[in-house]
Amino acid sequence: MKIKQLSVFLENEPGTLLKPCRILADSGINILTLALADTKEFGILRIIVKDWQTAKKILEQNGCVVKETDVVAIEVEDRPGGLLNILQALEPKKINLEYMYAFAYKKGGKAVLVLRFDKPDEAIQILQTKGFNVVGDLEFFTE
Amino acid sequence: MIQLATNLGEGFHPASAPDFIPLQHLRNLQFRRLKAIVQRAYEKVPLYRARMQSKGLTPDDIRSLDDIVHLPFTEKNDLRDTYPFGMFASPMNEIVRVHASSGTTGKPIVVGYTKEDIQVWVNVMVRSFAACGLHEGDVIQNAYGYGLFTGGLGAHYGAEALGATVIPISGGNTYRQIMIMKDFGVTAICCTPSYFLHLLDQAAEMGVDIKKLPLRAGIFGAEPWTDEMRKRMERESPLKAYDIYGLSEIIGPGVAMECKCQCGPHIFEDYFYPEIVDIQTGKPCPDGVEGELVLTTLSKLAMPMIRYRTHDITALIPEPCECGRTIRRIKRISRRSDDMFIIRGVNVYPSQIETALLTVEGTLPHYQIILKREKDLDQMEVQVEVTPEIFSDTVGSMEYLRQKIVKVIENTIGLRVDVKLVQPKTLQRSEGKLRRVIDMRNLK
Repeated sequence: MKIKQLSVFLENEPGTLLKPCRILADSGINILTLALADTKEFGILRIIVKDWQTAKKILEQNGCVVKETDVVAIEVEDRPGGLLNILQALEPKKINLEYMYAFAYKKGGKAVLVLRFDKPDEAIQILQTKGFNVVGDLEFFTE
Repeated sequence: MIQLATNLGEGFHPASAPDFIPLQHLRNLQFRRLKAIVQRAYEKVPLYRARMQSKGLTPDDIRSLDDIVHLPFTEKNDLRDTYPFGMFASPMNEIVRVHASSGTTGKPIVVGYTKEDIQVWVNVMVRSFAACGLHEGDVIQNAYGYGLFTGGLGAHYGAEALGATVIPISGGNTYRQIMIMKDFGVTAICCTPSYFLHLLDQAAEMGVDIKKLPLRAGIFGAEPWTDEMRKRMERESPLKAYDIYGLSEIIGPGVAMECKCQCGPHIFEDYFYPEIVDIQTGKPCPDGVEGELVLTTLSKLAMPMIRYRTHDITALIPEPCECGRTIRRIKRISRRSDDMFIIRGVNVYPSQIETALLTVEGTLPHYQIILKREKDLDQMEVQVEVTPEIFSDTVGSMEYLRQKIVKVIENTIGLRVDVKLVQPKTLQRSEGKLRRVIDMRNLK
């Protein structure tokens, strides 16, 4: 149920985002969704792609520092309180949410969020018992 | 035939015999050679004659080895001022080779060799390879740059004379270096220590397991390095890392080389006479005390160097080495007196930054120090290349890492500096060497 996210190290300089994007574009790899974290000193580009192994290899061959991480994608009701429900479900279990971002498209009137937990397996179990739909690779990548 | 000092036992290479001559023989030999070379320098090189005359000295004043301290020093600038051939003591028709420094500022330094000088160089390089246990049958990948730089050809002819198989690959093209290392069964490599670390990185990216290769010796030199680098190289590859020391002005690589004990390079002092002097006063330092290494070439015909100031900081190790060599050792050179920079009143050596950096798990000594002056205040920025080992997807852990580097540097030099994480392989390299300090303060 976990999906793989790739993170790419970026210097906080104009133009550094261009390089990984160009490498992926040139290899015909589509970015399903992404998030950019930045500080004054550096940035981290996080992306979800279909064939993450190939993407990782190509990025590394071109001198990028890349790391893969397990993240969880969850369907959320697209209405006030949708996100709140998820957070409330996890709150008593002391699971740390490191960061999150949304998918660019909706799935049958629902939004899809990507969440990075410190304990992804535990988070998935809790969310599933509470009736949330944790989206797996298959559902995404066959669309 | 001279009696050797110790029982040499197994694994002894005949070429190493001069490393073991009894001390008294060695001192006598050094004295005879010193007298002859001072005589030659005085007769053939106007600069030496003028310097000695101004101190009221003639070659006859050298009555013992200790009298060397009365002779004037020779500086790098003397070589610049007499560019290109002004320090040569042989006519050009006897010069069979010249080399030159890279000359990052202004004119390069030119050095010349007669046939006999080349023979000496080959000899000390053979002794260097033999000292770390290499012999006929070894496959030596020579990744020092070939050309005006002495590293490439120096190691090449030495390795060939040893009877090893030499791969004259020269510097650069890391991908090909790794492919050849793997396919040719390389057992030893010659390059700068920072370039070898770079090779290790690249090999990991290419999916080549260096640990499975038959590599057993690395002959690393041409830049100062540290024990931390040695540990990392030996942990991440199957080789033993040996320190070779040399400089073009004296001969090139092969002035000193570590034996299998790896406890400081032995100076081939039958050819290169070492002294350690106080950086400021130029007065001799007692054995074991750190100072600047001063070298005198005892046999060099084309270009004798009398008391040449190397700017390399080290100490002569008074204790004999376990290997039984009588030729003395110096401490590994990890800094140079001219590398030092002063920031906010604090003396800093790049090697201190490197040592600090290597205590942080997963970092490599791929760094650059940028000195800037903002609003009349000196700023020091340390740029560190991010490796896959230290990269994380969360801002928090990256910031933690950055702060940790700030902290270890602060603990080492007592100053808080800016640390900037940069993408790998973005820092400038030349001949496999990273330029460690970029001073943009423009204080003139």
